[in-house]
Amino acid sequence: MRLFAMIVLLLSLCPAPALLAAEPSISQESITDRSISLPEWKDWRRVFFLEDYNTRIVILGTTLLGMSAGMIGSFALLRKRALMGDALSHATLPGIALAFILATSLGMNGKTLPVLLSGAAISGLLGIASILLIRNLTRLKEDAALGIVLSVFFGAGVALLGIVQQMQTGHAAGLESFIYGKTASMVASDAWLIGSAGLTCMLISIFLYKELTLLCFDEGFAHSRGFPVVFLDMILMGLVVVVTIIGLQAVGLILMISLLVIPPAAARFWTEKIFYLSLVATVLGALSGMIGSAMSAIFPNLPSGAMIVLVATSMFLVSMVFGIPRGILIRKVRRYQLNTKVNRQHLLRSIYEYLEAHRMLAEKQIKPVPVTALYQMRSWSPTALHKIIRRAEQNDLIETVSGDQIRLTPLGLTEAARVVHEHRLWELYLITYADVASSKVDRDADAIEHVLEPEVIAELEALLIQQASSDILASPHTLEIDPGNTDSSVSQSGRPGS
Amino acid sequence: MNVIREALSQWNWYLDGWIIVAGILCSVATALLGNFLVLRKMSMLGDAITHAILPGLAAAFFISDSRSSLPMFVGAVIAGILTALFTEWIRSFGKVDEGAAMGVVFTSLFALGLVMIVQAADHVDLDPGCVLYGAIELTPLDTVLIAGWEIPRVVAVLSIVLLINLLFVICFFKELKLSSFDPALATTTGFNATLIHYTLMTLVAITAVASFETVGNILVVAMFVVPPAAAYMLTDRLGRMIVISVILAVIAAITGHISAITVPHWFGYGSTSTAGMMAVAAGLLFVLAALSGPRHGILVIFVRRQFLAWKILAEDIIALMYRIEERDPDLKPDAGYLREILFSRAWPTRLTLYYLTHQNQIAGSDGQFELTEAGRDRERQLVRSHRLWEHYLVEHAGMSTETIHRQAERLEHFTDRQLREKLNEDTNETDQDPHGSPIPPEELTN
Repeated sequence: MRLFAMIVLLLSLCPAPALLAAEPSISQESITDRSISLPEWKDWRRVFFLEDYNTRIVILGTTLLGMSAGMIGSFALLRKRALMGDALSHATLPGIALAFILATSLGMNGKTLPVLLSGAAISGLLGIASILLIRNLTRLKEDAALGIVLSVFFGAGVALLGIVQQMQTGHAAGLESFIYGKTASMVASDAWLIGSAGLTCMLISIFLYKELTLLCFDEGFAHSRGFPVVFLDMILMGLVVVVTIIGLQAVGLILMISLLVIPPAAARFWTEKIFYLSLVATVLGALSGMIGSAMSAIFPNLPSGAMIVLVATSMFLVSMVFGIPRGILIRKVRRYQLNTKVNRQHLLRSIYEYLEAHRMLAEKQIKPVPVTALYQMRSWSPTALHKIIRRAEQNDLIETVSGDQIRLTPLGLTEAARVVHEHRLWELYLITYADVASSKVDRDADAIEHVLEPEVIAELEALLIQQASSDILASPHTLEIDPGNTDSSVSQSGRPGS
Repeated sequence: MNVIREALSQWNWYLDGWIIVAGILCSVATALLGNFLVLRKMSMLGDAITHAILPGLAAAFFISDSRSSLPMFVGAVIAGILTALFTEWIRSFGKVDEGAAMGVVFTSLFALGLVMIVQAADHVDLDPGCVLYGAIELTPLDTVLIAGWEIPRVVAVLSIVLLINLLFVICFFKELKLSSFDPALATTTGFNATLIHYTLMTLVAITAVASFETVGNILVVAMFVVPPAAAYMLTDRLGRMIVISVILAVIAAITGHISAITVPHWFGYGSTSTAGMMAVAAGLLFVLAALSGPRHGILVIFVRRQFLAWKILAEDIIALMYRIEERDPDLKPDAGYLREILFSRAWPTRLTLYYLTHQNQIAGSDGQFELTEAGRDRERQLVRSHRLWEHYLVEHAGMSTETIHRQAERLEHFTDRQLREKLNEDTNETDQDPHGSPIPPEELTN
């Protein structure tokens, strides 16, 4: 699995720059007279070897932020609170405005970072409390709680900002950029702040790893084991608040939300285990921060915040399509494989049942079967049936005798006998134990016969067949095959070798 | 009060009247659709669309090469619809949680829009703050002449949007209802739930964009969620929920504007953002509804639980006193003794004892209590319920005699006379419980 994480890392690295390189050209087409001068070698070198002090700070800061946001975000994602960062970042606005008003009216400089940050933190915590109260005390769902807190707090913040603008003593102009921060103007102290706060958050979440995992997957169970669920919930949300606030100040609202949401959502396609989820999300978050700000430093005119989001998005898209256990492509392939297997088994079983109905199984030679007879047994279209037959031929299960006649190979006969056996075992089980009418079992068994595990088969055999026998079971119901010149009760006695 | 009067002295029926009208139109149009968003667990869509329309605006600008409002409007609406569409795709194809899918889509679209705008920044001022968001305070300044009346353009636009939304909700009420609660059933009954979904999303996008452009984004985001959520706390029926949400939206719009003018005056400032205060007013209405809703209100549930707790405590006290009396007729327990056995807190016990005395079920002297006739009557019924339940649990639920006491202890509080009769019939009208104690009769005959 560790190797797997490395592969993920490499995979996500490769396509991202390629996709991003296409990004400027999109906007380039849109306006005719714009062209982006391609950066020269020295620009690349400047960024890649971190020669520039400013670039160094920005890349370091955004990478650290991406890491911590990715890790915290994966818990929020599993808790179905992906948009909590969104709600909380809006909820900080009234705190910021109020802190500014209070500090200014007390004669302090309202625009210092500690003042605004503490205001943001307090109103963020109030936002958390409101979300928890709404969720736990009313019948409203998570999304409504987030929406209410977001809009009402933001409205209050805007109303307070309206007051701030009338103040004569304060210089409110900077407050807006506190909300919509600018990454490129990040300074060393910002990077340090992000680094230390982000690292603390990551350490806390590693320390509480087991508890948070339990909280995310089974809140009720956690509660019954005596874990302080509400307290843990508060801690998780508090971590989101801290990461959001430090990020808000440094890189802005939208970027912060996307760093909390996109890397964990992308990582979800690569793993089913929460440990690897948070690991991959951390790596993806760090990579988007790194690559995004590097792109922005290399190409002129690309805002770094937006570039980080777009890098994360392209990683998300790649993961969604190519992700290994849960991506779209692998799921399609698996479904295709299952369909192929089901079709093949249906074909084999149809041929076998045809042979059985015509009493041709007992004979030494395997008899050919007319394809036209198979049409009647299932609702196959001619093209579909021919495709299935061709594929079965490639697998050496059947062979074409003449234009319209096909015949099972010895391998095919064994396989067909096994499939029929499993089908009838399940039918018998349904009749004996589930009290399903024998006229209905065929369809039910049809659905499940393809996915029966060998152990289940063994157990069914032990359960249903008292005498140890390798024989193929007789069908428990009459088969709807026109047996031609033989009598209709033939299916009851169609056991080979009996 | 002087301050408020002073603030309201600047009230101008023409200006403030139109602002309130615009606020009401926007709130009602938004809240109408918001009901279905809340029910479909898509409350955050309004917020997502506010951010996601940026690339639509930029693309419209690049294509039409102008800043006229129609292409911008169309571009924004298309981007809004795409947000809903992409969210749905990512949710269904990628099996990603709704909220996360929305988060991925709108942040990405916003970033894309930002990159596009920065590319155009040298040419023209396309600041999202200027292009995107109107302000409700400016409503009366921009007027159009319609049928000889001078009406603010905002009011005209929002009236049309409101009319469309109203028609949609009225005409497709049944379909909307069914597809919100059970899309699978909706599809099997023969109409297309997906089509209804996307029509709703299109209207949401149109409403949102029309409102951003005229009255700003805060009001829309708030009104999509808050009034419907408040209405959801007050009723269980969809029709009533919609009507209530509309009424709440109107109240929030009116009180919001008035408080935007008056409230800051208390602290010596001028009036503040109307849209912001409307959102706050809606929030306060929600708090009220959440607290006092008739069936789901927090206070109501709390009071109901408290009463139940007291009722159970009262019955436990009577039962305990009955048993004490059975064992030792001379012992008259006091409050402390009862509390020691029942593990109850001091003042609920005292309150319950007072209540029981008042009901004449116990009589107290010098802090010591004994049962009265009425109390013994009630107790006998309790014991009867308890022992009938024990009997029933053993006979019909197949439980063992050791485990039934706890269950019966719980069930006895919720058993009325009819249920006792039924239990008695179902348990062969026996007169002994599984532990061998006699089951007392319903009425004393002698």
